[in-house]
Amino acid sequence: MVSPILELKNINKSFGHVHANKDINLTINKGTIHGIIGENGAGKSTLMSIVFGLYQANSGSIKVNGNEIKLRSPKDSIINGIGMVHQHFMLVENFTVLENIILGFEGETVFGEKLKKAKKDLKKLCETYNFNIDLDATISDLSVGFRQRVEILKSLYRGAEILILDEPTGVLTPQEVDELFKILRSLKDEGKTIVLITHKLIEIMDLTSEVSVMRQGEMVGHTRTENTNKEKLAEMMVGRSVLLRVDKPEVEKGETVFKVKDLTVKDDLDVIRVKNVNLEICSGEILGIAGVTGNGQTELLEALSGIRNVESGNIELFGETISQKDNYLNPRMLKEKGLAHVPEDRQRMGLVTDFKAYENLIFGYHDQEPYSKSSILNHKEIIEYSNKVMKEYDVRPSSPNLLTSNFSGGNQQKIILSRELNEKPKVLLVGQPTRGVDIGAIEFIHQRLIDMRNKGAAILVASVELEEVLSLSDRIIVMFDGKIVGEKINKNVTDRELGLLMAGVTE
Amino acid sequence: MEFVSDLASLINSTLRISTPLVFAAMAGIFAERSGVIDFSLEGKMLMAAFVAAVCSYYFGNPWIGLLMAIIVCVSLSMLHGFASVTHKGDQVVSCVAINILIIGLTTALAAAWFGQAGLTPTLTQEQRFLEVNLPFAENLRDIPIIGTIYSDILSGHYIFVYFAYISVPIVYWIVFKTSFGLRLRAVGENPSAVDTAGINVFAMRYKALAVNGILIAFAGAHLSTAVNANFFREMSAGRGYLALAAMIFGKWHPKTALIACLLFGFTDALQIRLQGVEIPTIGEIPVQLIQALPYILTVVLLAGFVGKAIAPNAIGQPYIKER
Repeated sequence: MVSPILELKNINKSFGHVHANKDINLTINKGTIHGIIGENGAGKSTLMSIVFGLYQANSGSIKVNGNEIKLRSPKDSIINGIGMVHQHFMLVENFTVLENIILGFEGETVFGEKLKKAKKDLKKLCETYNFNIDLDATISDLSVGFRQRVEILKSLYRGAEILILDEPTGVLTPQEVDELFKILRSLKDEGKTIVLITHKLIEIMDLTSEVSVMRQGEMVGHTRTENTNKEKLAEMMVGRSVLLRVDKPEVEKGETVFKVKDLTVKDDLDVIRVKNVNLEICSGEILGIAGVTGNGQTELLEALSGIRNVESGNIELFGETISQKDNYLNPRMLKEKGLAHVPEDRQRMGLVTDFKAYENLIFGYHDQEPYSKSSILNHKEIIEYSNKVMKEYDVRPSSPNLLTSNFSGGNQQKIILSRELNEKPKVLLVGQPTRGVDIGAIEFIHQRLIDMRNKGAAILVASVELEEVLSLSDRIIVMFDGKIVGEKINKNVTDRELGLLMAGVTE
Repeated sequence: MEFVSDLASLINSTLRISTPLVFAAMAGIFAERSGVIDFSLEGKMLMAAFVAAVCSYYFGNPWIGLLMAIIVCVSLSMLHGFASVTHKGDQVVSCVAINILIIGLTTALAAAWFGQAGLTPTLTQEQRFLEVNLPFAENLRDIPIIGTIYSDILSGHYIFVYFAYISVPIVYWIVFKTSFGLRLRAVGENPSAVDTAGINVFAMRYKALAVNGILIAFAGAHLSTAVNANFFREMSAGRGYLALAAMIFGKWHPKTALIACLLFGFTDALQIRLQGVEIPTIGEIPVQLIQALPYILTVVLLAGFVGKAIAPNAIGQPYIKER
């Protein structure tokens, strides 16, 4: 017998002019794993933040176990058995696990008896769910996977019956994802209700029994997971049919154009982040770099694109050394040699977000004709060009005079891509091509990269999304702890193999 | 024997001179652990000194002066909170505004009320705090070592000196052994974690600022109604900033902050003793150089010796929940 544990009726929420949630109705049944899927900015996180009491709805009602409740703050939600694991963990990094969990629920003014009891209760909880967490460990010493477990344990300790997880797998390795899903299934078996917010279709199909789809602040559908499939869900999310895997014709590989020899790179804190890396890219080839965030990909890309000094080793472009210790060509010189770079942090390095779109569209080429003549910008020419290119790259809205910060992540990425691809580079370095980009735009961006490859460009793509690396690359290398721990031809390789490499398991 | 009595009097003055620094450093710990920068310790100390002196004079009772100083300092802390917590203004700007306001206000009010710019009337014995002689101090004086420590070093201080050193273990206990302390530290590190734990971030910061106001009032009252018998212009003389440096030097921790305060107090006591003293082969050290000692020490310590002082993670950032 299914009974609803959480019912939302006509929830509305606006932030200024943005209507983030429009008349949302949602019923979640007790003891189920319920998926909420939608693109970035569809309003999923906002909706769940309302359920968790973090934001207050402008109108609408919320019922838990059939009783209407008012949620003024997270405290009200916690009392009503709602727990949430946020995308960015809500943990105090220099506190212990125990301190983080009892925060706000100390139960006593001066630490003493209750603290001991809490410790005992938590140990029992850890055993029940096989969590294997040291309660006295400091959060900053824990891996991301363990931090997430601490968050789950925190909610359970506070008596959560409904556990909301917001994009829980974004920062995990495939193995950690498996572990997490195991935990979630065992929680469900215990009778807890799980709400999973995600934009990854595969997770919905894997884990949930029911799914709700959101698009542009609206709830566009509910269904039992067994009655649907990835293609249908994607279509509901985007509002049109989507190609989930890009077509990638066979292309004859050309000669090696980009060569990295024994490269070692330090970060700003003088820590070695890239260790003895060797790689080559041929024209007409996409080389994918897989790996969990923070294993040296960032520093590698920065060194390759001429914004970071290398410690040792060298980098060659068309047989000419472009970088060695304390002597490297800067991005501008590299650009002239036909190397383009789409940085992974698009808002910090790729764009000046306070600039108008047209300014970003030509930035870096602004001193060239026809955009400027004798150091004076040719406004008319720039706007004309911007209009043309924004149509070509499907940037929405296609108004060059809009501030760049007002575009969505996907459209910002298209602005950068159009700028970098327009000069027809021979070598293209791309970091996180679709981070924070919605499905429709992902399809477009992937297609563009494949087109470039087909035309003979050598492309390097570093991404933490394994699926993306798999669907784009001809060859895949895996980075772990600054080293290349594996190289595979993308034909006979499985997620599992790569996942193990990403976790540093090399047999 | 002369050396022992010299040393005893040096330690005695160190304790006295460090007192306002200790209060201010403890006050700073509360504000900054909660994530609110407090540069306004200097201004609040000055205001407390002024209010304590004026009210002790009017009411004839230094305790009433202290109470009024507490009320005014807590109000100033709330003003800082209103600007920087509620309205998310820049915390440093708010502090600087308070400091500038108070320098002018105290001078102007003193001129308006007492006809002398930046000076309040001298307090009588009844209107100020006097030195406290600990029981049996006279009798025990002649016992070697213990007598010196008890009668010459520990006894005969103003009550604030005792308050200051008692406040350190209490602050330590509150910050590290109570749930209030846990929340206080959490709100300065990751306010979102505190918010999602169902605790009001703003209320926590206001509470911390209230404690900050109470503690800093003691520092001011000590200056104008204990060691001095009136208020004079800019009498806090940078002690608020020095205490802030001590707090950072002490890495926002009461114990190490206390050590830093004592170190600053000691150099200050030393410079007073060294004035006019002839040092063999070097001769008399210029007064200006000696007086600069505590400040030189601050710069040297902060620049090199402390290592990296890691501030609370969320310090200086107003908490914004909704995008």
